[in-house]
Amino acid sequence: MSAAAQPAPAAEGRQPLVAIHGLSKYYVRGDQVIPVLVDLDLDVYAGEYVALMGPSGSGKSTLLNLIAGIDKPSSGEIRVTGVDIAALSDSELALWRSMHVGFIFQFYNLMPVLTAFGNVELPLQLTTLSRAERRERVATALELVGLTDRATHLPNELSGGQQQRVAIARALITDPTLIVADEPTGDLDRVTAQEILGLLARLNDELGKTIIMVTHDPKAAETAHRLIHLEKGVLVG
Amino acid sequence: MFIPLLVLRNAFRHKLRTALTILGIVVAIAAFGLLRTLVDAWYAGANASSSARLVTRSAVSLVFPLPLSYAQKIRQVPGITGVAWANWFGGVYVNERNFFPQFAISGAGYLDIYPEFILSEGERKAFLADRTGAIAGRKLADKFGWKVGDQIPLRGTIYPGTWTFNLRGIYDGAEPSTDTSTFFFHYDYLNETVKQRYGRAGDSTGVFVESIVHPEDAADVSQAIDATFKNSLAETLTETEKAFQLGFVAMSEAILGAIQAVSYIVIVIIMAVMANTMAMTARERYGEYATLKALGFGNGFVALLIFFESLGIALVGGLLGIALTFPVSHAFVETIGSLLSGFRVSQQTMVIQLAAAIAIGVVAAVVPAWRAARVRIVDGLRAIG
Repeated sequence: MSAAAQPAPAAEGRQPLVAIHGLSKYYVRGDQVIPVLVDLDLDVYAGEYVALMGPSGSGKSTLLNLIAGIDKPSSGEIRVTGVDIAALSDSELALWRSMHVGFIFQFYNLMPVLTAFGNVELPLQLTTLSRAERRERVATALELVGLTDRATHLPNELSGGQQQRVAIARALITDPTLIVADEPTGDLDRVTAQEILGLLARLNDELGKTIIMVTHDPKAAETAHRLIHLEKGVLVG
Repeated sequence: MFIPLLVLRNAFRHKLRTALTILGIVVAIAAFGLLRTLVDAWYAGANASSSARLVTRSAVSLVFPLPLSYAQKIRQVPGITGVAWANWFGGVYVNERNFFPQFAISGAGYLDIYPEFILSEGERKAFLADRTGAIAGRKLADKFGWKVGDQIPLRGTIYPGTWTFNLRGIYDGAEPSTDTSTFFFHYDYLNETVKQRYGRAGDSTGVFVESIVHPEDAADVSQAIDATFKNSLAETLTETEKAFQLGFVAMSEAILGAIQAVSYIVIVIIMAVMANTMAMTARERYGEYATLKALGFGNGFVALLIFFESLGIALVGGLLGIALTFPVSHAFVETIGSLLSGFRVSQQTMVIQLAAAIAIGVVAAVVPAWRAARVRIVDGLRAIG
């Protein structure tokens, strides 16, 4: 399934999960305005696996951050599941993220003082689930990523690939609407990277998770359904 | 359980750093406690003094004695219920390092005015019956291992020669703050011996002590006493026992002020050290805080993690520091002898130490917590990698 610049499956009158219109992001440094994203329109539909590619500084990570609600646009609109997230306050946005977004980072971003189990359980601390319910969910997620036997290990006792699988389990644990992955294989060797990409593909295929992934790696991008290219803050394909 | 667990594990991520920070707080809190106890001890005499007692001394200076005949006139002043007298002896026991206060007192009259000196009836009788008898406070007796019946030799400095006393009793204090480090013997023995040995004019004393009916009349009674001896050869100055004691403290007020200032400076210094540690700790974890925020934890949660960690470290250090104050104070007293009779770590000092520890924890966390709460998620995430 090659992702080479496929168009968005916008047909059939489906509402997009992520709807971006006229999105711009720029930074002001002194009296200089530095544009990062320029008047961007993009729709991502539920169940899609989208790869964002582009050279360094093209704005792909910024776009991902905006979609994930961890950054705010300078102008334009981002609707995710129909909610204009740019209009939410910081605390509303935090709550929204905890319910709708699963994060996978390049450097895993696990809490070094928590075990694999504790890290996966972390997003559930914000829910009203009982301890028993949390344990059950964490066990399922760790099983899904094949790390049941590493539940009590601290991150520094795990390999890079294992850490990223813990991060994936953490991203899944709240059953989010959207999973965003920023260079998820950027810190891994080729073989481990393939394992992680396979896992992401499974999440998309078997669980129907919507995934938006930023990557430099064309091989990683090939695992996605759709490929979006960004250059100098503008979509080029 | 999640927050305490995270705070605890975070606190001990850099074990050496945390241990050194706690050590710094322990030393600062213990030093603060020791210095405060030192200042308290200086004021202990004044604080333990009774408001129902007056002290009359020479209006010129304490070094000038007053005629013993004044006692009779003072007794006639309205409001006075008892008069006694005491004279500073200034003897040396074995060597100069063994300093303790010694007074020649007017026997039963003096003991009646000081009911806080608890002496058994038998010991009181034995003391009053023995012209060369003496009584010592429990703390003093314990320090030198004295027992009732021992002979205590003192080398006089104001009254030369060796003076040997029979220890007839050991008194306890009615209150923990009561001074039990003083040595008393009979004024009559001193007075007669001085007259015999040196042919000096005796019948004079350093101070008179008066008990009064109503403490609120202290000013009027004091004025009445002083008026009685107005324009005499030895005019008097009468004041409450507390004012009299504070007069001694005032002589060293500048030193006390400096000690108090140092005690607070110690706290400010450790506060700055702790703040630096917490700032460094928080800065190292910006990436983690950003991750927590990205996952949906609020700014307040991140700030609380820092606050609790800082407070936890400060409290552990503070409690250990309070515990350390006791052996340190004990060692200090052992070193300087019983010069400061009220050298005791008070409850108030412990409460202030605890408050100081809490203040260290809170103040040290304010800026790092505020910064961590304010850090933008995207900026924090950039710190990783």
